[in-house]
Amino acid sequence: MPSLGADMESAILVEWSVKPGDTLRRGDIIGVVETEKGAIEIEVFEDCVVEELVVAVGTEVKVDGVLARLRGTREAAAPATAPARPAVVPPPAAPPAAAPREPVPRAVPPLPSTRVRASPAARREAKARGIALDGLTGSGVYGAVCLADVARAAAAAPARKPRGGFDPAAMRRAIGNAMSRSKREIPHYYLTQSISLGAALAWLARENESRPVTERLLPAALLLKATALALARVPALNGFFTDGEFVAGKGIHIGWAVSLRGGGLIAPALHDADRLSLTALMAKLRDLVQRARTGGLRSSEMMDPTITVTSLGERSAEAVLPIIYPPQVAVIGFGSVNERPWVDAGRVAPQPVVVATLGADHRVSDGHRGGQLLAEIDHHLQHPEAL
Amino acid sequence: MNEAEIKALVAEVLGGIAPEADLGTLGDDEDMRLALDLDSMDFLNMVVGLHERTGVDVPEADYPKLFTLAGIVEYFQ
Repeated sequence: MPSLGADMESAILVEWSVKPGDTLRRGDIIGVVETEKGAIEIEVFEDCVVEELVVAVGTEVKVDGVLARLRGTREAAAPATAPARPAVVPPPAAPPAAAPREPVPRAVPPLPSTRVRASPAARREAKARGIALDGLTGSGVYGAVCLADVARAAAAAPARKPRGGFDPAAMRRAIGNAMSRSKREIPHYYLTQSISLGAALAWLARENESRPVTERLLPAALLLKATALALARVPALNGFFTDGEFVAGKGIHIGWAVSLRGGGLIAPALHDADRLSLTALMAKLRDLVQRARTGGLRSSEMMDPTITVTSLGERSAEAVLPIIYPPQVAVIGFGSVNERPWVDAGRVAPQPVVVATLGADHRVSDGHRGGQLLAEIDHHLQHPEAL
Repeated sequence: MNEAEIKALVAEVLGGIAPEADLGTLGDDEDMRLALDLDSMDFLNMVVGLHERTGVDVPEADYPKLFTLAGIVEYFQ
């Protein structure tokens, strides 16, 4: 059972996607677990053959507990009397040496065909009401089962005794645990910088005029790309603090904070964001947000964000002082975009302005380095055509 | 399309984007972004959803016309 975030202690196996004897390739889905943040698809990290599925569906397994025994396909078949190799699903801080997690461009993952897609809220409600998700027709994105579908089914079906175990506060508690740990252990410092988005938004409006609606960009894509490029220049803020020292991230995998309808927050990774075109980044962002809300995230997206970015969006506060998600060492926030008086070459003129903020770990960096990062983000946003 | 068809279409599209939202309480002239708590990604997905079902490619400059149910009905009629 991989750790799918600092706040996870255990998860419930809800589906095996494979059977003993199946051959898997790196990145294939072996099963699905239900966490406090919804259902996550578990991937394998090297080519292998399934030898044994150790736990049954419905079992709660602690982090680092064994789910299955797999044999690497480059090894000879184990003699029948020898103990099988432990599961290759690695703990988060120690991937197996045989499978270096070098960043590779990843295609948008195919939709799994066997598992019922459902929003976290729908999953909880169905569980609480004792309704089987696979009997429902989903009306959501990708045919996901939504709360409304569960409510319809509940209204149609005779009342059944709830299976119990439903805890609407579980996700809140998970967030609280991670943030308590962060505030307890990490000496945060904060920096803020007002950035004019005049050039970026004017460029974006022109660019979107020539794009079909399916390929239009949101300002969020520009903020993300500018942040990713800035991190490539200031790598000291991209990575983890583990065992008393900073370990630089292998690649820039930005955890994008997605607020879930019905409450809660999840920050899955956009892998190698610095290497993606704006068009590709936007497509990944849309896909990621939709999957975050319909319970289709993958384990790699939960395990390896090297930094988190939270963007408040419209109609929200103008700045956020975000809390680091351990073991990351920095978090970047963008407030809402507002018209503000802006001085340029001695003249005051209204400009759309965003406040970018940085919360960073003083054990790893100081304000000088942090200021460089915000300045780099500002610089890239003044040259949107180069993003 | 008539008004009822357009409203049904909007309900179908929004059902996939904001399934927890209650469209029954939405007034014709209410800003949907506020009433249903749609962020810019949700709104873009709604425009994409309407495009996929009607073939109409709404330019970004026209987005403000789609902020209310009444505006959408007028735009797609």
